[in-house]
Amino acid sequence: MSLGPHLLLALMEGTVAAFVLALTALGLALVFGVMRIVNVAHGEFFMLGAVLAWAFAHLVGNPALGFLVAMIASPIIVGAAALAIDRLILRRFNYQPEATIVATIGLLYIIQQLVLIFYGPDARSVEAPINFRIQLPWFGYSGYKVIVAGIAALLLLATWYGIARTKLGLVMRATQFDSETAQAFGIPVDRVYAAVFALGAMLAAIAGVLIVPIKQAYYLMGLDPLLLSFIVVIIGGLGSLRGAIIAAFVIGISDGVISVFFSPNLSKILATLLVALVLIFRPEGLFAGRTR
Amino acid sequence: MQGSQHRALALHGGVLAILFLLQFVLPPYHHTNFTSIMVLATYGIGYNILIGYTGLLSLGHAMFFAAGLYAAGLTVHYFGIDPVSAFVCGAVAALVFATAVGLVALRTTGVSFMIVTMMFSQACFLLILYFNDVTRGDEGIVLSEAARQIGPLSLTNPTVRYNLALALFAGALALCFVLIRSRVGRVLVAIRENEERVKMLGYHTFRYKLLALALSGLLAGAAGAAYALMFGYVGATFASIEYSIYALLWVLLGGSGTILGPIVGALLMFYLVEWTSEVTESYRIVVGAALVLLTLFFPRGILGTLREKRLRWLP
Repeated sequence: MSLGPHLLLALMEGTVAAFVLALTALGLALVFGVMRIVNVAHGEFFMLGAVLAWAFAHLVGNPALGFLVAMIASPIIVGAAALAIDRLILRRFNYQPEATIVATIGLLYIIQQLVLIFYGPDARSVEAPINFRIQLPWFGYSGYKVIVAGIAALLLLATWYGIARTKLGLVMRATQFDSETAQAFGIPVDRVYAAVFALGAMLAAIAGVLIVPIKQAYYLMGLDPLLLSFIVVIIGGLGSLRGAIIAAFVIGISDGVISVFFSPNLSKILATLLVALVLIFRPEGLFAGRTR
Repeated sequence: MQGSQHRALALHGGVLAILFLLQFVLPPYHHTNFTSIMVLATYGIGYNILIGYTGLLSLGHAMFFAAGLYAAGLTVHYFGIDPVSAFVCGAVAALVFATAVGLVALRTTGVSFMIVTMMFSQACFLLILYFNDVTRGDEGIVLSEAARQIGPLSLTNPTVRYNLALALFAGALALCFVLIRSRVGRVLVAIRENEERVKMLGYHTFRYKLLALALSGLLAGAAGAAYALMFGYVGATFASIEYSIYALLWVLLGGSGTILGPIVGALLMFYLVEWTSEVTESYRIVVGAALVLLTLFFPRGILGTLREKRLRWLP
């Protein structure tokens, strides 16, 4: 393949990866934005989504049906787990930032171990729900990947609509802006926190379900999306949702291109260097609008 | 004040004396374990200066440990320099590296600092894998016995190793002890309690935080260099996020902001993981549960709780 089509392929791969990354990072940015906490176990919710997708595909048998069941059931299960974590652990120390980091590191290990016990150490693949290739003049491209990008785009839009245009979103933004005043105005802040934490986890879980027919489900797969999401939220400006999504595309696409032409490790090293540069010249992030 | 000073000195001297005497009674297996626990506790003391006394939560300390480990290990392996120079080389490399990282990472505060240190550390881990030709990545490099010879003393000899580890640990303990009693140490604690107010009092807090990070990196690097030379192995796992998390766990378990906390935490965790690995394969759940339970029920750790309840003079 000559350079042109090769580059096109790399760009397409990068764009698909960027959509999935945007979903994952949006979950992290949402939780940070509203609750001011960093969830280090965010990548494990992604991994749980992927592992559950494998389990459902395995149970149902039919790839397309299994995928549909997983798309609905996995986020619900992961969301429920996140609610339980919020209730039983995070709320107890009142979302104190350092304690949350330590506790979610602990959860990261616990979730990994549970998956290791019940699912095993192997990486397992899932058949794609649809099986057609889009034939371009130079190469054929997996139709499923295009659908992944489409679903992710719809979910990003839906999340934006939910935050910007619905009552629930208004309540969330009010809590983000000033949780004490929100509480004084009768907003049940602790329930908003629980909902946001669950929503963030569900976004990661859906991203995991989407990725599993492309990559394999594996108990250590959560680290990469976590670190990429961290890079994205730092570059985008902590807590800024718009910034996170723009940064997800910058990082996702360049990651795709550099990974294809050079090596995935090099691309992550370069992304980290970019973070260092951003911190030196714009510590508040590249796309942060208003700072609070 | 004078009394508590004496009691503190007596306590730490006593701990070091016990560690010295233990080498005559410990069976060989635990003898080696204690050697590595003392080296790892030195790493923990370095971490504690940052999190316990300055209030900066880093999740990337493995990069400083690895900087010392690789600077010492690679110079011995490729240039054949003697272990003493290699140790100095490792410690200095970590000091310089920590200062450079600090100049960038300390521009952020709070949770961003944790995210940034974690990312830098992961980038270092990937760099080690990327330069596989030099570092041999995950597989690592085994240092030859001939290269680990200081004059007549061989670093493969358990007694030599144990006493060098003890000397390193004692040095770190003394440094930490002197630091927190000094004016600088008090400024660091003040930064932990209320950075804005310290700034308002006219202190250049950035410089103090940078100093804390540099010292912390120096101790981590010295521990890494010692580890490479004593155990003759250099590998990428030591740079992984797991090793940063261990330091956090030891310090929190032992009691962050207590001088002896890191060794208490490292000792307990070492044997806890060891003991559970014999029963099951699930060391992860032990580490995870320990972290969650600590935050829920013992946020001050063992010595921190003890200090609050009983021993007010405990440093």
